Amino acid sequence: MSANPGTTVNYGAIGSGGGIRSLRDHSVDFGASDAFLNESETESMRSEVLHIPTCMGGVVMVYILEGVDSLRLTGQIISDIYLGKIRKWNDPGLKALNPTVALPDLEITPVYRSDGSGTTYNFSEYLSRVSPEWTRVMGKGKSLKWPAGIAAKGNPGVAGIVQQTEGAIGYIGSEYALSLRLPTAKLKNKAGNFVDATLKTISAAANIELPNDMRATIIDSEDPDAYPVSIFTWILVYKDQQYKNRSMEDAQELVRLLEYIISPLGQAVAAKINYAPLSEQAVGKTRRLIESMHYGGTVLVSTTGSAQ
Amino acid sequence: MIILLLTAGIVYALVSRSAVAFREYGIWNFIVNPEWDPRPATEEYGAMSFILGTLYTAFFALFLCVPFSFAVALFNGEYFRGTKISSAVRSVVDLLAGIPSIVYGLWGFYTIRPLIIDSGINAQGFGIFLSSVVLAIMIIPYASSLSAEFLSMVPNNLKEGAYSLGATRIEVIRHISIPSSISGIVASYILALGRALGETMAVTMLIGNTDRIPQGLRDTGNTMASVIANQFGEADGLKLSSLIAIGLLLFIITAIINMIAKLIMKRVSRL
Repeated sequence: MSANPGTTVNYGAIGSGGGIRSLRDHSVDFGASDAFLNESETESMRSEVLHIPTCMGGVVMVYILEGVDSLRLTGQIISDIYLGKIRKWNDPGLKALNPTVALPDLEITPVYRSDGSGTTYNFSEYLSRVSPEWTRVMGKGKSLKWPAGIAAKGNPGVAGIVQQTEGAIGYIGSEYALSLRLPTAKLKNKAGNFVDATLKTISAAANIELPNDMRATIIDSEDPDAYPVSIFTWILVYKDQQYKNRSMEDAQELVRLLEYIISPLGQAVAAKINYAPLSEQAVGKTRRLIESMHYGGTVLVSTTGSAQ
Repeated sequence: MIILLLTAGIVYALVSRSAVAFREYGIWNFIVNPEWDPRPATEEYGAMSFILGTLYTAFFALFLCVPFSFAVALFNGEYFRGTKISSAVRSVVDLLAGIPSIVYGLWGFYTIRPLIIDSGINAQGFGIFLSSVVLAIMIIPYASSLSAEFLSMVPNNLKEGAYSLGATRIEVIRHISIPSSISGIVASYILALGRALGETMAVTMLIGNTDRIPQGLRDTGNTMASVIANQFGEADGLKLSSLIAIGLLLFIITAIINMIAKLIMKRVSRL
């Protein structure tokens, strides 16, 4: 926060559900979530809420199999594993995808999140797009009803079980997997390429036409280099900052913080902690969103210069 | 007085916030329904899977803990009563009670789970079995120290009478000590059971956290405490209310169990 001395941001890691609740109750300046607000959540808010993308992440498949350091998967196969239809690592479908890998005759243990999570939401959103059966049986949501596997709390819980259990596979946030250097599977994207999850392939997913309110799903992106389960992670703020007993200064501080986050400086910090930077097009549209924030009608940013 | 007010406050908070779930499903239906489906389109919550998961783990843990805690109780309350070695054993067992449950959880995760995988009980080790083994060790101090207390309270003249009739030590224990302290021993196991029912952290780390009725001891599941720990953070609306309702049910179950133990102990002290 060297660019913005005098401002302290208190982050409560209470889960995005808690963040959205607190935003609704006006007890925080902003909430953050990996999934945009659904209709009932939007209705429950006191006024219009903006979705400000801060950086990009992905959901990656981590696994542990002795002697296997490269694995290719498709959405269809992942869906079958989590539905309990593929039970062994040497399943013909997996073998056909990985002809050069010696897959063992070992039970697959799928691991999922026991707590409600944006990661689960995005994971199920992706599988819903590529597997009609997933749409029918599982659907999408922050928590689901799982027919197979075991559950653990949070990214650390899932990663912990996968790392300690031979034959386990789990889905976790890319930032978590990349910082722990866990082995992740290559996924087949819409263009048909098998892509590793890296900051570059995740950013590439946003190289598509984006809507002005940025409430875009870039999962299963058409870009040929894109990692298929890539997402924006959003900060949620009220468009009209005049509420409760907030002062104009509070609102300006918030806007300055948001501008810092999408600035090259802020984006570099994100990359350092393994979040992928926003693409240029995304930064431009996000800047216009921030500029639309106001304090009871008074504009909070001059369109000519940013806070720095 | 303050304690009374606090307890009343907790009960009031649990009851008022679980009202939504009870009103939606009816109290009885909520208790017996094994479905737990958080998807918005088919949302439906029932407590049965977790009630059964709780009862399976707690009773199996109790079953596993009986031989060990009974042996410790006899050692401290009968054979070596008042000796130095007894106080050494006692302090080691009491130490078990002081270990934070997350440490038990880690120990179960890293040490016991591989043993369960190797023994072929199930493929990934997690489940009712693993949780019960760790729970059993956690509740040994609760069961054994109280039982030892009751064993050592058996009047000496009773035992001396039996010895003077030529009874051996085993016979004295079997026919005098155990029968005259049995209700106290039972009460101490019930208290240990109450402890096992509510244990959260270690169980959450070990049980597999699946929201369905466990099909036997090898299966994974969720207890009432662990489902709350797992899902409370992101829950709202009907789900939040259902979780609080499960908390209320757990509160009631533990209260009943403690009451039973107290009643039995009262009968003992009247003897």
